[in-house]
Amino acid sequence: MDATVFIIAAVIIMSGATGVVLSRNPVHAALFLVETLFGVAVLFVLQDATFLAAVQVIVYAGAIVILFLFVIMLLGVDRAEDLGVEPIAGQRPLAAVAGASLVGLLLTIFLVAVGAPTGIPASTTPLGAPGGNTRALGEALFTDNVFAVELTALLLTVAVVGAVVLSRRTPGSLQPIPAGDPVADQPDKTGEDVDPVGEVTP
Amino acid sequence: MTVTTTWYLVLAAVLFSTGSVGLLVRRNPLVMVMCVELMLNAVNLTFVSLGSHLGDLGGQLAVFFVLVVAATEVVVGLALIVAIMRRRPGATADDLSLLGG
Repeated sequence: MDATVFIIAAVIIMSGATGVVLSRNPVHAALFLVETLFGVAVLFVLQDATFLAAVQVIVYAGAIVILFLFVIMLLGVDRAEDLGVEPIAGQRPLAAVAGASLVGLLLTIFLVAVGAPTGIPASTTPLGAPGGNTRALGEALFTDNVFAVELTALLLTVAVVGAVVLSRRTPGSLQPIPAGDPVADQPDKTGEDVDPVGEVTP
Repeated sequence: MTVTTTWYLVLAAVLFSTGSVGLLVRRNPLVMVMCVELMLNAVNLTFVSLGSHLGDLGGQLAVFFVLVVAATEVVVGLALIVAIMRRRPGATADDLSLLGG
C-alpha cells in the first residue's frame, strides 16, 4: 500500500518537475510546479507530517504559485518561449553532464557509500508525541524555537517592505535599459548624461 | 514491499538534480525561480524523511523555516523581476549582465 502510494506520488512529482524544466510557456511551468508540490504533499502525509502537508498545499500551491501566475499575467510574458535558441554554445550538454554527475554523486552517497541513512535518534524533540503532529510542532516552535520564529517574522516583514519598495513606480519617465552590447551604448560618463532613474524626488 | 527512507532520499536527489538542470538551462528568470522552488522541495523532502527515520521532530521544524525563507525569496525575487521587466520587457537572464556595469 505504502509502496503504491509512493510510486504514484513519485511519478507525479517527477513528471511535474520535468514539465517545469521543459515547458515553453511560463504559465504551464507554474501549473506543473503545482503538480510537483501536490506530490510532495502526498509524501509528507505518507510520513505522518500532516501539518506540513497542509502548509505545503496552502502556502506553496495556494500562495506562492498564485504569486508566480500573478506576476506572469502582470508582465504579460505568458507567450511561448523559443527553446531552440542556445545562448551559450555547449550550455545544454554541459548542463546535462552536470545534472547527471549530481545524480550520480548523490545516489552514490545514498546507495553505495553508507547503504542507508545514518544518524543518532532523537533525544530532545521526539516524533510521535501524544496530541498529534500539529500540536507537537506548535509546542516545539513556540517554546524551544521561539527566537527563530520571531526572526522569521522579522524576515517576512523586511521582505514585504522590500517588495513594495522594489515594485513601486518611481516618479518621472522610466528610461529603458539599453539593448545590445552593454559597452557600446553606455552613456558617456561626463555627468550630464547620468540617467535619473531611481532618484526619488521628495 | 515497505518504503524505506532511502527511497525518499533517492527521489529527492533526482528532484534536486532536475531543478538544478532547469536552473542551468532555462533563460526566463521566472522559470529559473520555479526551478529553485523544485530544489527547495527536494531538500524539504529529505528533511522530513530523515526526521521520520530518526524519530526526530527537528526535520519538520527545519522544513517550516525553509518554507518561510522560500516565501521570502519568491517575494523579493519576483519584485526584482517586475522591476527589471518594466524597464526592459522580455529580458532574459543573459541580459542581466548589464548590471555588471
